[in-house]
Amino acid sequence: MIKFVLMVNRQGQTRLSRYYQPVELSRRAALEADVVRCCLTRKKDQCSFVEYKDFKLVYRQYAALYIVVGVTDTENELSIYELVHNFVEVLDKYFSRVSELDIMFNLDRVHIILDEMIQNGHIVETNKSRILAPLTALDKMADG
Amino acid sequence: MSDVVEKTLTALPSLLSLDSQPGSAKLSSTSKLGNLIRGITELTSKHEEEKLIQRELASIKEQVSSPNTSMMKELMVRAIYCESLGYEASFSYIHAIKLAQQGTVLEKRVGYLAVSLFLNESHELLLLLVNTVLKDLQSTNLIEVCMALTVVSQMFPKDMIPAILPLVEEKLNHPKEIIRRKAVLALYKFYLIAPNQVQHIHNKFRKALCDKDPGVMTASLHIYLQMIQENPEGYKDLTASFVTILKQVVGGKLPMDFNYHSVPAPWLQIQLLRILSLLGKNDQSTSEIMYEVLDESLRRAEMNHNITYAILYECVKCIYTIHPKSDLLEKAAKCIGNFVLSPKINLKYLGLKALTYVVQQDPKLALQHQMTIIECLDHPDLIIKRETLELLFRITNAQNVTVIVEKMLEFLHSNTDDYTTIDLVGKVAELWFIETMNTVFSVGGDMMQPDIPNSFLKLLSEGFDTVEEDRKLRLFAVDSYVSLLQGEPGKLPQRFLQVISWVLGEYSHLREELEPATVMRLLAKLLDMKQTSSETKSWVLLVFQSAQEVSETYGSSMDTVLRQRAQELQHLSQDCELRARVLPQDAGLEPLEVDSSLSFLDGFVSEALAAGAAPYKPPHQRQEELAQAKALSLEPYGLSLPISMSSCSIADRQSPTLLSMSSGLSGDSTDLSHKGSSTTLKLDGVKRVWGREGYLAQREAVEEAAQVEVPSPLRSPSQQAEADSSHSQTPTPTPTPEPDQEKQQLASSLFFGLSSQSSVCLMGKSEPTPQRFRRKAKGQASSSGAAEQISNSLVSAPSAVDNFLCNNLLDSNITSQVGISSSEQTSELSQGPATTNGTCDTEAESTDGDIKGSNPSLIIGDNGLVAADPTPHKDPGSPKDFCLSSHLPAELSELCRSEITPLCSNQSLGLSACHVHKEDSLVLVVFITNSSDAAIRQILLDLDSEQLQVIYHDVTSHSVAMHQFSLTVKRPSVHVEVVGMVSYQLPVGTPQESLTLCRFSCRPLTVSTEEYGTMWLSFSHDTKQNLTLISDGEEPLTATLNVLKEKLQLHIVEIIGMEGIIACQLLRDQPCLMHCRVHADVLAVWLRSPVPDLPDCLIYHCQRALQEH
Repeated sequence: MIKFVLMVNRQGQTRLSRYYQPVELSRRAALEADVVRCCLTRKKDQCSFVEYKDFKLVYRQYAALYIVVGVTDTENELSIYELVHNFVEVLDKYFSRVSELDIMFNLDRVHIILDEMIQNGHIVETNKSRILAPLTALDKMADG
Repeated sequence: MSDVVEKTLTALPSLLSLDSQPGSAKLSSTSKLGNLIRGITELTSKHEEEKLIQRELASIKEQVSSPNTSMMKELMVRAIYCESLGYEASFSYIHAIKLAQQGTVLEKRVGYLAVSLFLNESHELLLLLVNTVLKDLQSTNLIEVCMALTVVSQMFPKDMIPAILPLVEEKLNHPKEIIRRKAVLALYKFYLIAPNQVQHIHNKFRKALCDKDPGVMTASLHIYLQMIQENPEGYKDLTASFVTILKQVVGGKLPMDFNYHSVPAPWLQIQLLRILSLLGKNDQSTSEIMYEVLDESLRRAEMNHNITYAILYECVKCIYTIHPKSDLLEKAAKCIGNFVLSPKINLKYLGLKALTYVVQQDPKLALQHQMTIIECLDHPDLIIKRETLELLFRITNAQNVTVIVEKMLEFLHSNTDDYTTIDLVGKVAELWFIETMNTVFSVGGDMMQPDIPNSFLKLLSEGFDTVEEDRKLRLFAVDSYVSLLQGEPGKLPQRFLQVISWVLGEYSHLREELEPATVMRLLAKLLDMKQTSSETKSWVLLVFQSAQEVSETYGSSMDTVLRQRAQELQHLSQDCELRARVLPQDAGLEPLEVDSSLSFLDGFVSEALAAGAAPYKPPHQRQEELAQAKALSLEPYGLSLPISMSSCSIADRQSPTLLSMSSGLSGDSTDLSHKGSSTTLKLDGVKRVWGREGYLAQREAVEEAAQVEVPSPLRSPSQQAEADSSHSQTPTPTPTPEPDQEKQQLASSLFFGLSSQSSVCLMGKSEPTPQRFRRKAKGQASSSGAAEQISNSLVSAPSAVDNFLCNNLLDSNITSQVGISSSEQTSELSQGPATTNGTCDTEAESTDGDIKGSNPSLIIGDNGLVAADPTPHKDPGSPKDFCLSSHLPAELSELCRSEITPLCSNQSLGLSACHVHKEDSLVLVVFITNSSDAAIRQILLDLDSEQLQVIYHDVTSHSVAMHQFSLTVKRPSVHVEVVGMVSYQLPVGTPQESLTLCRFSCRPLTVSTEEYGTMWLSFSHDTKQNLTLISDGEEPLTATLNVLKEKLQLHIVEIIGMEGIIACQLLRDQPCLMHCRVHADVLAVWLRSPVPDLPDCLIYHCQRALQEH
């Protein structure tokens, strides 16, 4: 099961966070800082999965941006690792050549995309066009 | 597609200067959100962040209360930002709900989003959302229905479910798939939070499972996985449906857009496999239904992509969970081999995880991979080590426990993470402490000093650091003892039995499923046994504090001690108050204080003296008196005198032996010193079990075992070769590297105990032993091959360097002038790759995520300054191939090389590079041009890959310095990146430039068709893939091959009809062969190479080359 999805940059600033298990707001910053430290200290040739407390972190780096997913031990790490890439591919399709700034300026849309893919810590949709369908419909209505 | 992602994301650091960016252009410069984002990106300290966000929150608060709905959406996003940085914006919660209620469609969605981010499921404000949801569910606008269902499936107040349930149910019949799908997900949410609310609609779930739309069906699987987890028996009838679905998915029956990297709906496959493993567990007939589709899944997942491995992992797990079928197990075992032997570290990890799971069902499987496991144990990456220890923990047995615990302790020494430490310490304690003590007790037995069991029990009762640890340890002890007693307790030494009975008496209640009666029965069996000594019986009796009938039987026993215990028991069982005082529940937790002066008896003594009793005499005095009185020594009898228990009733059950010793001190009748010395005497003949480093006998035993285990063929390479060749099916013998001997020994000690039963071989071969050795040899072959590749730094670089990308990471103290010039470079250079070689290999993640980075491992001579004519440059950024090439050393200038490409420059310094194909290596040449009038001092060229640093002292004005790096890459990969940085000292500032280089290159390999044939057969690594054909006028096959030849420098060996063969090589001895056949509209390509990842790399580049054409 997925516990959270984070997008963090190299400086350790959180760009996006989504928790699927309740974590108090006051504890999130510390947790995120800790998680980022875990991933940033790792070299490129090291495993993309890290043990963190009683769960695992799966992370993937895109330029200066890290996407970190916290999963329980029973989860299939490699499938999550690819899910992250699928997510980035969806973003890339939507923003056509996504950049960190796209994510920052469209935080709401990125969240909407993520909500289509993951709910309650489970993967609910991976089909790119279906993930984007509600959002593109919204955009069309807003334009028209 | 994905390369685009990587490319744009690579350029990001430079994008952060916000102006002139498309993203920011959309927002007006006065936009509050724009300001916030700008503020956030410019933050340098936590303090600044706090100031910024507090200011922002104040501003949001002010605006949010003035009813200006056009701003509301932006305000919400800003509030989300503040919260995601950890600052509470609770004042905005109610506004989020309002926005969801009143806003336009997009605003509504943002309102719902903010609600789902801000509130948790029990927040009272959530109730205010119910009406909005109700209204939206009834809306005629599908988008509104859709978003209402989305928010419901994320969070909804449990008590309000009945209010919307009918509406959601109704949506299950909606004509649009997306509405049906979201309705199913909403029902899943209801099932999670209030399962009984949706009980009546289980048949509707079935309908969803059979929905004609795959998306709706997928959504329903979430519910089924959950329900089957809770009650697998209730859904066995659906097995055939799940199998059919999986069969269709695997067979590619789903629409194309469900594919991910041409694998059909991988996550759906994984979900189905999980469901099947739950259904097939411990159920032969259900398992039989799924054998075929599992076999098919294993077979289909041949493509070399992470996601297929993710599916394979799930498949293997399923095969090992359900009722076993031998040929499937065999295939799954082989599959695990591919994982653990993979050079990709993520796959290795997953392989170890699979193996950890699998060895619990079949420990022998660990044997096949023992050498890999040993290697992983020394892996530099902690997570791999940790996973390996987890695996070892599962295969621990009495024979290998010492070695495994040693490894765990080693890891603990280097570990800093608290959580891991706690976990491992627990495991070590479990394994080692109890297991070792079991052995100590069984071996040492009655010859042992009585204080050994005493201190053991004391340790166990006083515990360690945490309550949880203690509980686990005690539980483990209880489990282990119960199983011992269920075996043959008659063979156990008396002292051990005493320990066992004490532990069971104290802690058996910890194991809840263990009935007290069972323990009692086991212990009572001890009482009935002839060989049980009376002392042991008294320990056992202690356990039966409440068992009256037992105490009655023994109350009339002839043995005084037994009688006393039984009497005490009876007494205690009749007097509850006394029992509570004497035997407090958790007394074991506090260390017992023993009053060795026995002052509490003073009153009793004086009373007795007053009544005329003889005063106490110390033992030696008594001895003397006795000796004087009679010439005969009474010594032999001293031992057999029963130990008095007179003071027992005052103490609790803590540890009877301790008490009997203290009563011995009271000098009743036993000569303690005597007893002690006689025990030591007896012990002399026994092997010492404890030494400085721990348990001695155990280790010796293991070492002996190791020698038995590793027969000579494995020790000497030549003999091994002979042994290998004697088996006809053996692969080419490889000499065993010397250091491996140590590992072999370690292996045999680690896997000892597993091997003894290895005659049942999974691979189904009849000769178990040679089979095992053969496999070992194979493992070595590949590992030593890899080592060769790494160590030989002269044979190098399958992937090469062509292109430099430059990003400036400027220090803040650099003058604005430099800043401007650098941003120009950035834009220029981000176009760079596209124009120069048209391949722009900045992408790696999608194909080969984990292999990145090369090692500039050698600096070959000629470094330092090359004296050169001062060449005045008007424009330092433009290519000066001609001028610079004159700086190439003679031995390089004649070789094939890439263009010299400028990397980056500023007014004073220019950087260019090229790569040269040497016969046996790839040389990266970097030119540093000083175009200023002054000398530049202390230039540092710093390549990131290995912190390789080259220092030039100075470059005089208008001159060029050149430097060579020989590149070695450990494995071929699609993408190689070398990042570097140049820093130098000018009179002003320290600008730093960073560079990235990447490119894949290969060279033609000229061979004849016959040579090709022989080579083809000898290569082991292959990949098959379909490529698109190019058809511009010419015959398509020839046209396509010519494009490949041109772009990738391949050699076309021959084209016969619809087939063609091609050869190329990265370096000498790293060839890759390609066989193509036109098949309908596609080109079916089959690649083979002796180098593991090379076919995959090459196919990737072929695809790109054709795409770009």
